[in-house]
Amino acid sequence: MPFEHLLVLSFILFALAAAGFLTHKNTIVLLMFAELMLNAANLALAAFAKLSGSPEPQIFILMIFAVAAAEAGVGLALIILLARNLKTLDIDEIRNLKG
Amino acid sequence: MTGNFYPLLKWIILPPLAGFVLNGGIGKRFLGEKGGGWLGAAAILLAFIFSFLCFSDLLNLPAGHRLLRDTLFNWISAGSFSIDFALRFDPLSAVMALVVTGVSFLIHVYSIGYMRGDKGFNRYFSYLNLFVFFMLILVLADNPILMFVGWEGVGLCSYLLIGFWYEDEKNAAAGKKAFITNRVGDAGFLIGLMLLSYLLARQGVSGLDFETLALNINLLDGGTVLGFGAPTVIGLLLFFGATGKSAQFPLYIWLPDAMAGPTPVSALIHAATMVTAGVYMLARMSFLYALAPRALEVVLVTGVFTALLGAVIAALQSDIKKVLAYSTISQIGYMFMAAGTGAYAAGIFHLTTHAFFKALLFLAAGSVIHGMAGEQEMFRMGGLSKEMRFTFALTAVGWLAISGIPPLAGFYSKDLVLEHVYAHGVPVLWYAGLATAGLTAYYVTRLLALTFLGGKNSETHAHESPLLMTIPMAALAALALTGGWLGSKYLLAFLDPASARAEISPEAFRLTMISVITALAGVASGFFFAIPAISDALARRLSIAREVVYNKFYVDEIYAFAVIRPLKRLADKVCFGFLDAGLIDGLLVNGAARLTYRTGAVLRNLQTGNAQGYALTFTGGLILLLYWIM
Repeated sequence: MPFEHLLVLSFILFALAAAGFLTHKNTIVLLMFAELMLNAANLALAAFAKLSGSPEPQIFILMIFAVAAAEAGVGLALIILLARNLKTLDIDEIRNLKG
Repeated sequence: MTGNFYPLLKWIILPPLAGFVLNGGIGKRFLGEKGGGWLGAAAILLAFIFSFLCFSDLLNLPAGHRLLRDTLFNWISAGSFSIDFALRFDPLSAVMALVVTGVSFLIHVYSIGYMRGDKGFNRYFSYLNLFVFFMLILVLADNPILMFVGWEGVGLCSYLLIGFWYEDEKNAAAGKKAFITNRVGDAGFLIGLMLLSYLLARQGVSGLDFETLALNINLLDGGTVLGFGAPTVIGLLLFFGATGKSAQFPLYIWLPDAMAGPTPVSALIHAATMVTAGVYMLARMSFLYALAPRALEVVLVTGVFTALLGAVIAALQSDIKKVLAYSTISQIGYMFMAAGTGAYAAGIFHLTTHAFFKALLFLAAGSVIHGMAGEQEMFRMGGLSKEMRFTFALTAVGWLAISGIPPLAGFYSKDLVLEHVYAHGVPVLWYAGLATAGLTAYYVTRLLALTFLGGKNSETHAHESPLLMTIPMAALAALALTGGWLGSKYLLAFLDPASARAEISPEAFRLTMISVITALAGVASGFFFAIPAISDALARRLSIAREVVYNKFYVDEIYAFAVIRPLKRLADKVCFGFLDAGLIDGLLVNGAARLTYRTGAVLRNLQTGNAQGYALTFTGGLILLLYWIM
């Protein structure tokens, strides 16, 4: 599989995830789209690793996995608290941080 | 600079400084009342003894070469400008040092009795020692800059001691008034000094000690400042400083209020020593005034005017200390009269005798106030001669001395001053001086009559003061008795060998007779008008004039209206209202806050709280960034 294809796939994945992130209303779904965007980045990094043959991009990937896992944990905890306090997960309803 | 090195001089000023440090530092805890008081007095006695030793060494030098100097250290050094912390002992400073330390010692002893039981006892003595220290610096300084240090130092001590009982706000306000009024004069003094050193430095003279100044002062002749002769301008500025310190018109207003301090302080600082510093300064700078006859004329007229004004106001006051305060203003006027005619020796002579008899009168007044448990109103005294025999006798000596009855001290010096004024050739000034002499005799007789004679006017049972207070008074009385005769015989020749007087001319004898008769007339009218029926009748007849004089010609009110109110307005409206509250607080401090607040109020609208809105903006930004990169 040529290197360019991998990059295009990564771009399509990222664009879809971003579009989903901007259009959906459920906070859990938004979190999932965010994970997808991270994975798109991972895919691009893997493509670069294959191209250059060096292990450095793969180290980044491992790093991103760890961050993504932490983010998922914290994000889900926040979502539980949101649901408990505001009785809703609709992102349009949650605007308590308005300036 | 001649190098006559005389190490004993510094020992005159050190004991009072040590007394100040000890009493101020550990006095209250370790010395207590007994130790503190005697320590303070002993320090001054030591200074007196050292002054006397220096004086006797000075006498051994041939007349005309009597000068001892002691340089302690180099004080200011900047380029070619250099000032030493140097002391100078010549006949003029010798007389001053002896008078200051001698009278101070007596008043210190008196104070031990007077201040007994006061909770600020040690503080009082430390201030008093500090005052003597600064006064000696002023008197012994070898250059006008160091003199100014003493000048300011005594002003500080005066402030501290006027407001000594600071719990009463009235006293604290009197202290502030004295301090601020003196600042006005000191501004003139300082500008004069700067002008002097600047103009001399321009001529290449770098030293500022009195010797160098006197030698080079001629370089100023012909120079002008703002179109006036340089010596005249400098002389007038220095004299303006003297009017503040020595309570002369127009800056005399602080002295009557200064009576808020303890009475021995009034005797020492506000009668005998500090207030005469202006006269001393004029005598010290006489080489400058020799070039400035115009300035001397101003001095003379100011002296005459102040003397008359003070005497008129004193004639109607009812507070015993206020009478003496205005009397002091008036008597210092005499000293300036003498200085104004160029007769500095006569001025210093009157300064000396005045120190004796006025300190005596103040201490006697203090003794009366002490005996009457704080009463100062003369109309509530009366008949004290039976209860306070000793004080009465001593007051009588002071009374005769200040009235100018021969052969007491005041007669000699005042007569000499008037003689010089007469010789100056402007009859009006001499008449005014003579009228002042008559008024002086009148008001002091009135004081004596109201206080000690007649019937009792209050229930208070007066008691005679302790020996600790009466003995110093007796010593001063002895000086007031003999000081004039001794002074005219020795002091004048010592101060100014050139002016040793020849035979008494018939003219001088005639003048003397006139002034004695004036004094006697003053005394007689004093007794006459002290009779209640007569004074009441007169007061009714002249009620308006009496009102004006009793209220001191409303000078305080005029100053309040013409000077203080505009200044307060300026401070309130311009300095505070516009500059401080408006510009600094309003524009800069609160303005910066307001700017931030307003900007925030606009920018906060961007913060919608809609997370997807942020994400959209974020994406848009990302796309723009990519577009820009590629």
